[in-house]
Amino acid sequence: MFKDIKIRVIITLLVTAVALVYLVPSFTNLPDQWKKYMPGDKLRLGLDLQGGMHLVLEVDSQKAVESTLDRLANDIKEGLMNRKIRFRNIEHGSAGIISLELTDKESTTEFNKIIRDQYPDLEVKSSEIVEGREKVSLKMKDKRIDEVKKHAVEQSLETIRNRIDQFGVTEPEIAPQGEDRIAIQLPGIKDPRSAIELIGKTARLEFMLVDDDNNLGDALRGIVPPGDIVMNEKRMDRKTGRITDTPILIKNRAVLTGDSIETARVAISDRFGEPYVSLKFKPQGARDFDRITGENVKKRLAIVLDGVVYSAPVIQERISGGDAQITGSFTEEEAKILAIALRSGALPAPVKILEQVTVGPSLGQDSIQKGILSVLIGGLLVIAFMAFYYKASGMIANMALMLNVVFILGTLAIFKATLTLPGIAGIVLTIGMAVDANVLIFERTREELRLGKTPRAAIDAGFSKAFITIIDTHVTTLIAAMLMFQFGTGPIKGFAVTLSVGLVYSVFTAVFVARIIFDYLIWNRKVKSISI
Amino acid sequence: MELIKSGINIDFVGKMKFAFYLTIVSSIVAVAYLAVHGLNFGIDFAGGTVVQIKFNQPTSIDKIRDSLRHINMENSTIQQTGAASDNEFLLKTELSSSDLKGVSDKIEESLTSIYGKGSFEVRKVEMVGPKAGADLRQKGIMAITVAWLGMLIYITWRYELRFAVGGIIALIHDVIMAAFVFTLLGKEFNLTIIAAILTIIGYSINDTIVVFDRIRENARKNIKKDLGTVINESINQTLSRTLLTSFTVFLVLVALFFFGGTVIHDFAFVLLVGVIVGTYSSIFIASPFVLVWEKYMPGKRIRKS
Repeated sequence: MFKDIKIRVIITLLVTAVALVYLVPSFTNLPDQWKKYMPGDKLRLGLDLQGGMHLVLEVDSQKAVESTLDRLANDIKEGLMNRKIRFRNIEHGSAGIISLELTDKESTTEFNKIIRDQYPDLEVKSSEIVEGREKVSLKMKDKRIDEVKKHAVEQSLETIRNRIDQFGVTEPEIAPQGEDRIAIQLPGIKDPRSAIELIGKTARLEFMLVDDDNNLGDALRGIVPPGDIVMNEKRMDRKTGRITDTPILIKNRAVLTGDSIETARVAISDRFGEPYVSLKFKPQGARDFDRITGENVKKRLAIVLDGVVYSAPVIQERISGGDAQITGSFTEEEAKILAIALRSGALPAPVKILEQVTVGPSLGQDSIQKGILSVLIGGLLVIAFMAFYYKASGMIANMALMLNVVFILGTLAIFKATLTLPGIAGIVLTIGMAVDANVLIFERTREELRLGKTPRAAIDAGFSKAFITIIDTHVTTLIAAMLMFQFGTGPIKGFAVTLSVGLVYSVFTAVFVARIIFDYLIWNRKVKSISI
Repeated sequence: MELIKSGINIDFVGKMKFAFYLTIVSSIVAVAYLAVHGLNFGIDFAGGTVVQIKFNQPTSIDKIRDSLRHINMENSTIQQTGAASDNEFLLKTELSSSDLKGVSDKIEESLTSIYGKGSFEVRKVEMVGPKAGADLRQKGIMAITVAWLGMLIYITWRYELRFAVGGIIALIHDVIMAAFVFTLLGKEFNLTIIAAILTIIGYSINDTIVVFDRIRENARKNIKKDLGTVINESINQTLSRTLLTSFTVFLVLVALFFFGGTVIHDFAFVLLVGVIVGTYSSIFIASPFVLVWEKYMPGKRIRKS
């Protein structure tokens, strides 16, 4: 195929040069004026080598379906009331069903029309006449449920990305995994705890009115007035710093939500020097807030975050201007996280942590050192053995091995693949395995020499007969490596990558590169015997 | 230099019967042991939390255990890791938490209250929820099964079904033995170990293929020789290569085993077992199986092609 040695040498040098150029940024510290002519990226190190955090979250997308249903139920209720259609007992359970009773035939007809025209996402699941009243169950269409779930995951991903960007992490990786999971990699993160807190906070902000007309005591005894809910209010004792939960009776309907917020920032109160979060509403939100406060003067407005009441101040007067604040028992760090979470919006559904791996930077540094040490020792053992066992031919194989390592690293740099600790192990293991190709060729060549062939014929036979075997053995190992890539998480993937890349180059270096030297010796230098 | 003399002619096929019994007995022992004890799953698969902590001052496992008492986690597994002078410990518990405030935070706070702030460093935290663990277990089994199937298909395509079946039986044997030795030593099965097993599957088959390749070549050359002789010759002719490559991989694995650090240590160990067992199985299981198959279902293709 490539009879001309010169062409083969040029190909090898070119490949080597490309690999080396891409490795320059990783192994040297170039002056700036040179850098623009060079590839800019260093080898990417995995979290296990540079430290950082890996998270897998699960989005509870069923919750997003429930809250959509919640909104729809409220919407229908208002719609029916506006049209003076008579109904009773509207409610929605956790099974994803809205049920209500219609009191006469006329309203049934009209109700069906409204559902058909205005709520294409809903369908009537069942309707039966009980004691003269039409009992209707509405259900969200399956297709729509899937859409809501999918959207919840997508939006969670977007929101989390937004939050992480604002938190200030360099090169985060946030990717969907499977149907309802999100995998997050935060290299070099200094404060994993705050990061988890920020990422996982649902940050669902609601303004709700406090029900001071009904008795809280009754509600606690189980007689909750219809449309109300008992929540906990977080209160901090300013002297002791102790946080207590106090029950409070709330009208279960958000008059305004976090969606209406334009921006949020941390501020420090003049009176107590405490941090609080200052909110600015969007224009529509500001108008709503103005109206709501105007309508409810002297009543209490609860500020509810993720189901916990942070404060429930009395509305002294109509609040215009579109500003509000969340005070409560925050540290400054907590207030900062809350502000970022509110700015980037609420998660459409709560998330749960399925997996978390955090590696400190010092451990990563240790791993790099150990990795390099074992590569050096392993590599030297193999090189020494090859030189000892196959003499000059062994040295040719060794050169091929070293090129192999350069090619592997170069390829990782070019494709921005990640080098992990098992990945480093993969490199040294590849050295051990790549030797196999050389051994196959050399053993075959020795056999051919024993049969009395000339060096030239023996080398020819050695390379050509071993070639198919080499391909077969490499393909099988590649199959295993691919499966490993499919199955593994970060560090294992790194191993699969270096192993696969190493195997491919092993064929190239053992069959193509090493052959050049043999051919040169035999064709050009006319050597009479080979040292093998 | 030659370690294996070129004219070597060991009667491998003649020792087949002995090897057969050895394989059967050892496999039964291994499977029985694994069935009784089960695999010792690490948190990757079982779910749980591992915290790796490095203390500034020497401390003892008992003292650490004591300091976990008031969060009711004194039953955690606590192991020293690395050299004694490293003061490094692994705390392991089956607990995992999907809450924002994880188990590791509790441990950290509890240790801080006893040892004081800044007297230790949390070097690594791994938390896997039970659900994720179960998922991974299933995926791991899947990956290994698919790897076996992949090898079966590839070798059937490149050679013949009976060769492929022989090769796969050898591979299954390798995996069982590696898992057995590993479990026997009380080591933990985790993701890295599955990666090592997949590597064994991909690598160990190589020896088998090299022998098969030679069997095919020799069978074509000497149509008259009986298969037993051909197989024995082929194993002998490739013996030098088989041992040499196993040896170079062995060298590398020894380096990884001793110098690679905790994570790589177990990984290298499984591979070491795999390489040794794999060398045995390609000589004494894979090729003899082809002979057994020939005995019961004589094939013609090998002579014809």
